[in-house]
Amino acid sequence: MKPVAFEHATAATLDEARALLTTGAKPMAGGQSLGPMLNLRLVRPERLVDIKRVPGLRGFTETETHLTLGAATTHAEIEDGRVPDVTNGLMRHVAGGIAYRAVRNRGTLGGSLAHADPAADWPSVMAALGATILTSGGRRLPADGFLRAPFTTALEPGEIITAVEIPRQPPGARWGYCKINRKIGEFAKAIGIATPTRLLAGAVEGPPTLLDRVEDIPARLPWLDPAAQRLAAIAVTRAQAMRDS
Amino acid sequence: MGKQGVGAPLPRREDDRFLRGRGRYVADIAMAGMREVAFLRSPVAHGIVRGVRAPQGSMVFTMADLDGVAPIRAPSALPGFRRTDQWPLANGRVRQVGEPIAMVVAATRAEAEDILDAITLDIEELPPATDMLAHRAGPPIHEGWPDNVVLHSLVEDDISGVQAPIVVRRRLRTARQHMAPLEGRGVVARWDTRLSQLEMHTSSQMVHVTKTGLAECLGLPESSVRIISPDVGGGFGYKGILLQEEVAIGWLARRLEGTPLRWIEDRREGLAGQANCREHHYDITVHADHDGTILALDCEAHVDVGAYSAYPFSACLEGAQIGSILPGPYVVPRYRCRTWSVATNKPPILPYRGVARTGVCYALETTLDAVARAGGLDPIAVRLRNLPGPADMPYTNVTKKIFDSGDYPEALRRAAEAMDREGFAQRQREARDNGRLIGQGFAIFCEQGAHGTSVYHGWGIPFVPGAEPCQARLTPDGGLELRVGVHSHGQGMETTLAQVAHEILGVPVERVWLIHGDTALTPYSTGTWGSRCAVMAGGAVAEACTELRERLLPIGRHLLQAPEAVFEDGAVRAGAASVSVAEMARVFHRAPQNLTEAMQARGLECTAGHKTMRDTGTFSYAAHAVEVEVDPATGHVDLLRYVIVEDGGVLLNPLVADGQVLGGTAQGIGTALFEEMPYDAAGQPLASTFADYMLPGASDVPDIEILHMETPSPISRFGQKGIGESGAIGPPAAIVNAINDAIAHLGREVTDIPATPERVLAALAHPGRPGRGGAA
Repeated sequence: MKPVAFEHATAATLDEARALLTTGAKPMAGGQSLGPMLNLRLVRPERLVDIKRVPGLRGFTETETHLTLGAATTHAEIEDGRVPDVTNGLMRHVAGGIAYRAVRNRGTLGGSLAHADPAADWPSVMAALGATILTSGGRRLPADGFLRAPFTTALEPGEIITAVEIPRQPPGARWGYCKINRKIGEFAKAIGIATPTRLLAGAVEGPPTLLDRVEDIPARLPWLDPAAQRLAAIAVTRAQAMRDS
Repeated sequence: MGKQGVGAPLPRREDDRFLRGRGRYVADIAMAGMREVAFLRSPVAHGIVRGVRAPQGSMVFTMADLDGVAPIRAPSALPGFRRTDQWPLANGRVRQVGEPIAMVVAATRAEAEDILDAITLDIEELPPATDMLAHRAGPPIHEGWPDNVVLHSLVEDDISGVQAPIVVRRRLRTARQHMAPLEGRGVVARWDTRLSQLEMHTSSQMVHVTKTGLAECLGLPESSVRIISPDVGGGFGYKGILLQEEVAIGWLARRLEGTPLRWIEDRREGLAGQANCREHHYDITVHADHDGTILALDCEAHVDVGAYSAYPFSACLEGAQIGSILPGPYVVPRYRCRTWSVATNKPPILPYRGVARTGVCYALETTLDAVARAGGLDPIAVRLRNLPGPADMPYTNVTKKIFDSGDYPEALRRAAEAMDREGFAQRQREARDNGRLIGQGFAIFCEQGAHGTSVYHGWGIPFVPGAEPCQARLTPDGGLELRVGVHSHGQGMETTLAQVAHEILGVPVERVWLIHGDTALTPYSTGTWGSRCAVMAGGAVAEACTELRERLLPIGRHLLQAPEAVFEDGAVRAGAASVSVAEMARVFHRAPQNLTEAMQARGLECTAGHKTMRDTGTFSYAAHAVEVEVDPATGHVDLLRYVIVEDGGVLLNPLVADGQVLGGTAQGIGTALFEEMPYDAAGQPLASTFADYMLPGASDVPDIEILHMETPSPISRFGQKGIGESGAIGPPAAIVNAINDAIAHLGREVTDIPATPERVLAALAHPGRPGRGGAA
């Protein structure tokens, strides 16, 4: 379980990162998904571009309406409240349930979104929050719809996520989050999210899906088998109950 | 003797280096000029290797290169046992995914893996045998066999006349599992040209057995092999196996003399091709009277032993053990058990903590709960009817196992009391009224440990344990060196064996140095396995220290000029005068002119051997009790409470005993709820990373409460019993009994483990069908 040989480059600026990310190159921030894939030789990039020191990918800016988190913000920084929270605790709650602490110390928000594993937490949470993904190509992509298919996103080749813009939730707005998995820290088999205005079914082997009602699941997630649809319904129902409790 | 001797709860001395990251494992060893080895492994479960084409200029070796190397053979003398040849590298056929075919050497592991990628492998696939029931009759996976039966064992009692009002039959399956010590296997080896000796560092529980097996395969005298096992990050049985990789690398180190070689098993190699264990199938019937008294026990069991008989325990171990231990701790008047050990195209089944006990405890204890349900009886009452009482001890059971001592019913009663058994029925009803499913489950079992010559002689496997040796040596500064052939890798022996020495000689524990894990430095022993070290190595240390004490006494009397002086508290004493062990050691080594010639003749260094008073083993026993909540929507099982009543006889160190029980129980929880190594019909393992192979995490193990009973064993030196595997035995039975208690009112039952959410849901979906759960 050792990677094939690759060239390693560190990008000091976004322009440099763009220049280095030619065909056959892969960006790496926390490396918590890419690292194992490299070791298993499932990916064999010619060049690995370390982007976590690029100015602007770290840190945050806050306005009255939004929080913008740098893409290289780690799960642990969110969990520990080292960046502001505009979601009444939802993001801190979610961050604390991602894998285990060693992974959270290195893994990043942007990396998780770009990796686009449907069973991961952030693609679902950002879609439910109505967040916007900002890219090195200067594009603003809605988080809902960003994950096109498992491990496939709306990013163009060579384009990286630079930040995520999260709408500030109204004070006191309640939420519910239910992740069904084999044990704490494992990837989800189903994710249900309830915000005051939205329901979302995640970890559905495809794009996280906004719902009007739990009963929409069979129609909106036709590719899921009945058992998985059932599990999705349980997760969404429990998220709703948590929100309304 | 006071605060450091037998029974003292000393924190483990070895933890200081482990917790500070100062331990040293095989992978920490670096040697100048060391090169890395990687193995080309079979991608198919069954086939004939037609060709291995290596890239130009690469160092690649196949079996054809390994001249003079014999296959690993672990036969058993049990009648009908069929031997297998496990070649270090494939010799024509491959019989499991992951079987080594070729060996590659390169400067780094990554480069070695590049070469593996570039090898062209030509394999003609053959149909695989993947299921012990479906493929028992064939087609045979070994040439010349009529079927795939490695061993068919019988315990035949005539049970035809048994007329029982309660007859309960269950078909149960325990999953194939993977042992997952924190540290996998690994080897660093070189040929020492000065000593003409292979020096191999390997992560092993039993260095001497490894040495013997390796010398035989390589055709070397044993003096030409030295095995060193440094710190070992967990064994559990996986480190008690002679590996094909060890043989292949041993040959290569000699061939490339002067070049140290290293192979460190990675998780994928371990998961997808090694360290498999536990896969059993039971068709079990209990015949019982109206009150739950067992009238007869009847079972047909299968063990999927995989492709080869692993050295030294052999493929007979689990199957034959099932026949001899299925009756558990109970009085069983009539007993019949037929067992088939079936070869399949999967990795060899290896002895994992608890060995067959975990499976048989699961089979019998869940079936007894079914008896209780069938008869409208309380499961505790059913067990109490059938357990031998303290007055029956020592009790010889139906398979001639001799339970040495204990009060089994009391252990169960204490467990029930700790679980508030009386108040539970009402709590359960109230919970149901609120839509919650809770249940309590119990299991009681005994564990034979430290069984010796007469037991293993009967199995006829490559080694039979004899007297366990210890060398003890007093150094001139009053320190004590203990050299033992067992290996400590989590058992805390650097602490407990020092406590035993302190008990006898009074040398402070801090001044005792335990030397283990090196064939050049320690006496020959079968090593660490079978819950034997507290009893056998503990006894050996006591014997050697007693011998030293006898040698010291005349020296002390002479120095004190007091012929009536006695040995007490680490000194020879006569009234107010005394001479310490340290002073006697100093005089002996550095001022022998002060002693008589006779005193100088016998050194302060001796080897002693220990056997228990009867070598049929100590029998520790334990009751496990658990309360669970079953989520009827998701099938998820939560462990709300876990209580263990454990009787390990006299505890050498209660903290160490607790640690053993806790660690084992965590593994047992894995067996009960999480761990499963599935294979598809082509013989491909479906879990090759820990994303697919679920181990319990810290959050899945509840606070486990341990209550101790301490009934001394009449056959061991201090009354201690072996409990090393105990924790891993009870959890599947207790947990599934609790799950079934939670869902019994719905007429549902789980039969297969692990009880994954999928299996629990499948059980809930099939009323009145206590058969197989769903596939996970």
